[in-house]
Amino acid sequence: MATRSDSTEALRFSNVWIGFDEGPILRGLSFSIQTGETLVLLGETGTGKTLALKLAAGLLRPDTGTVRALGQDISAKPERELLQFRRQVGFVFQEGALFDSLTVGENVAYRLEEDGVPPAEIEPRVQEVLRFVELEHTSEQLPSELSGGMRRRVSIARALIARPPIVLYDSPTAGLDPITSQTIITLILRLRDVYHVTSVLATHRLQDGFALANFHFDPKARTVRRGASDGKSGPAVTRFLVLRDGRIYFEGSPEDMLNTKDRYLQRFLI
Amino acid sequence: MPETPLQVTHSQSNDAGTPSVMEVLTDAAKHSVLQVQDYAKLSYDSVLNLFTPPRYGQDTVQQMDDIGVGSLPIVLLSGFFIGAVMVLQTGSQFQRFGQVSLTGDIVSLALVRELGPSITGLLVAGRCSSGIASELGSMLVTEQVDAMRAMGTDPGRKLVSPRVLASLVVVPLLTTISVFIGLVGGMVASVFSLRLSATTFWQRAIAILEFSDLMQGFTKSVVFAFILSTVGCYQGLNVRGGTQGVGRATTQAVVVSSVLIIVADTFLTRLALFLADKL
Repeated sequence: MATRSDSTEALRFSNVWIGFDEGPILRGLSFSIQTGETLVLLGETGTGKTLALKLAAGLLRPDTGTVRALGQDISAKPERELLQFRRQVGFVFQEGALFDSLTVGENVAYRLEEDGVPPAEIEPRVQEVLRFVELEHTSEQLPSELSGGMRRRVSIARALIARPPIVLYDSPTAGLDPITSQTIITLILRLRDVYHVTSVLATHRLQDGFALANFHFDPKARTVRRGASDGKSGPAVTRFLVLRDGRIYFEGSPEDMLNTKDRYLQRFLI
Repeated sequence: MPETPLQVTHSQSNDAGTPSVMEVLTDAAKHSVLQVQDYAKLSYDSVLNLFTPPRYGQDTVQQMDDIGVGSLPIVLLSGFFIGAVMVLQTGSQFQRFGQVSLTGDIVSLALVRELGPSITGLLVAGRCSSGIASELGSMLVTEQVDAMRAMGTDPGRKLVSPRVLASLVVVPLLTTISVFIGLVGGMVASVFSLRLSATTFWQRAIAILEFSDLMQGFTKSVVFAFILSTVGCYQGLNVRGGTQGVGRATTQAVVVSSVLIIVADTFLTRLALFLADKL
């Protein structure tokens, strides 16, 4: 698990291009994230947010440019080595992407079983992460028996079980009602402030980004509080990165974003 | 100039971006070659993965149950009636020459060499190749395959190899059962339709068979199992276009695997006859 005092680079994109039959989608993307930092990747639908996350997880290879994650150049690794690398990355898919033939408990335990963890050790860890997302009672249910919000929470539990140093969230609140969205964002805050993971949140909802920037989870009081964390475990730095037509249109702090005079960016603030 | 924002002028509609017929044909040819290349790679990897860890024994057993036990009723039913129909069709011809006792020979040879493997292959392709394609296709469009990769699992090892291995084991077994039940069907038809004794039918049916006949049937069933499983997996893992694409892949899986089974059958028969002459 990463600690806040680390100042190492968790992720770096260097002039990354990727495209498909219809042409390039990401056009020379360059940015980096420090360990423990939170990056909010904003953009309209189709600007390449999900692609950027998949590149960061090594699920796709860039056409040109390099992607370095957790100190490794993953853009040149063969698939066999990428499989090992991906075990250190948590990925929360937009619709959860739970295995529909497995129960919630089996979904969460999947990665541990793949790693050959003894069954006696798996059960308590599954219960621990399900308790974290407040779904310990759903262990025997199938994903089809859960609501959309519950499925996302199980997906977060599944990403959390292997205690990855970096977690990538692909529009985790898309299509959810405001109350359920709030629950998901609170979970992301807890994950960040309790386990100190580096987070990348792809979203088109600016309020999700500001929630991560303006609130923190107090582990002692077990509640969400306004403002940055108490500083004992270091500041929870949140940055915004806005994509437009496959390029970085804006990169800066939440304050920069809030005070922007740019008309395109102001459309996100309305 | 266009009069409304939605209108295009004549020159705009004939823009330089429109591909020529030759370009379309070239692209289609390249696409086909790429598909063959991808299919060959998936097939090669599916076998190679069986020899290196990690292996998914539980998934393989589950697939054996699904493909083998699940296909048993249709294989039994069709096998019985194919044997019976063969006797009815050939028996009348043999009766004309007073050689009814040869019925057992012809039914046995036809079932072991040809009908058992090919009918079983086609039936299992219709039931399981489509099932595999739709299952894997659904997993692909709901990002379950990506989720698997994101958690460090190779979908080729987890999804493809167990299905291929399960098919390679159970399809020859199903073929054997189909042939036996076909002979039972043939015997029943012989006894009731041709008044041939059951003992004569079985004696002739077993005596006519040589080792090469059994090998021909077995080889065919193994090849057909490989075709139906790899085609199903390939179609499923190459779905494009959401749920509509899953439907298309399911149909394609049945069509392609059935055609490939029939084509492979022709070549395997020719090869078997060639080897029988040589040996």
